[in-house]
Amino acid sequence: MSDIGELSLFSFVLSSGLLFIGLLFFIAGSIGMLRFPDSFSRLHAVTKADSLGLGSVIAGLMFYSSWWQNLLMLLIWLLVMASGTVSCQLLARFCKAKQDQA
Amino acid sequence: MSLLLFDTLLCGLLLALALASVLSRQLSHAVILYIAFGLLMAMAWARLAAPDLALAEAAIGAGLTGALCFTALARQGQLALSPVVSWQQRCWPALFVLVTLSGLLLALLQIPASPGPLPALVLQELAGSGVSHPVTAVLLNFRSWDTLLELLVLLLALLGTLQVAPAPVRQNSWALSRSWSQLLAPLIILLAGYVLWAGASQPGGAFQAGALLAAGAVVLKLNKQLNWLAWRNIWVRFFAVAGLGVFVIAALAAWLLQGLAAEPVWLRWPPQLAKYIILLIETFATLAIAITLTLLVVAEQPDTPLSLETQDSAGGSDD
Repeated sequence: MSDIGELSLFSFVLSSGLLFIGLLFFIAGSIGMLRFPDSFSRLHAVTKADSLGLGSVIAGLMFYSSWWQNLLMLLIWLLVMASGTVSCQLLARFCKAKQDQA
Repeated sequence: MSLLLFDTLLCGLLLALALASVLSRQLSHAVILYIAFGLLMAMAWARLAAPDLALAEAAIGAGLTGALCFTALARQGQLALSPVVSWQQRCWPALFVLVTLSGLLLALLQIPASPGPLPALVLQELAGSGVSHPVTAVLLNFRSWDTLLELLVLLLALLGTLQVAPAPVRQNSWALSRSWSQLLAPLIILLAGYVLWAGASQPGGAFQAGALLAAGAVVLKLNKQLNWLAWRNIWVRFFAVAGLGVFVIAALAAWLLQGLAAEPVWLRWPPQLAKYIILLIETFATLAIAITLTLLVVAEQPDTPLSLETQDSAGGSDD
């Protein structure tokens, strides 16, 4: 990982901004999960906001690492997004089945 | 400063999650909190510069144990509500916990503050161990007796679980999760192979690779795939036992080889063959660990004629 000193001011500001936006999305998703009234909107908040937040954090981190690490981070993001989507749908189906039963 | 803040936060969160998991009224909440605890525990190991333990904790502690607890909860059904226990009944377990806790604290206080001579000794002998990663050298060469016994413990646990395995659940899987688990399967095999191979020179090895494979297999089994992966399959039995068997055979062979030279020592590999012996043992151990962990989580009653009859009669009475 390279030093911050090697980054130009422009990339530093850009990466910090991306990291900050990612954190904001994570915080928003967490608040949504805690505060929203029913399971569906909670799932919605946590999966969508966290996927975007993770993507933003990874984009921000990409300024600091080599292309190979960047590729791995992108792959991780894709995997997390896809499995997040699938598990969100699974949980939502379970909630729907429970709701229909009641 | 920021690292100190991170460590304090991590320790506080670990304690809070552990307490919340133990004190939680609902068992399903306790399991979820326990999984979160396992993930943070993996982070704590990573922070302590022990990536081997972090990998194992993330795969086994958080992933597989969580799946195990959830399948147990799902099969337990009505019992999931925790019953009311009187104070007299709580007395003995509390006493037991207190005694165990004080024993653990005593053991913790006896750990010396400095690392002692052993790490230096390991690094000194590393060249003759056949691998370049000290943790693997300790696990499979210097202290391979412990690893051999761990494999035995796993096998015994599996045999015990199979005795009380529940009847198979008839349930359909959902197309999306099924195809996603199938998409993940090659990736997991690739990762497990890499982790196994990397164990010789960097963090990784048989337990981590086996746990990864098992995690993939459990996801596939929960989606009603991999029907051959059951105790009734003779090859599954063979490979579940082969992890221990190959270890013992390699130990015996090394013992006999040494017997020609000097006085033989149990479980000491000849340095020029150590690399291949360790690779062989680790490969079979990975498969055995993967099969054992998978069956521990998703074991079903074997389809022997007897159990088939009882299942049929049970199903008939339910109808």
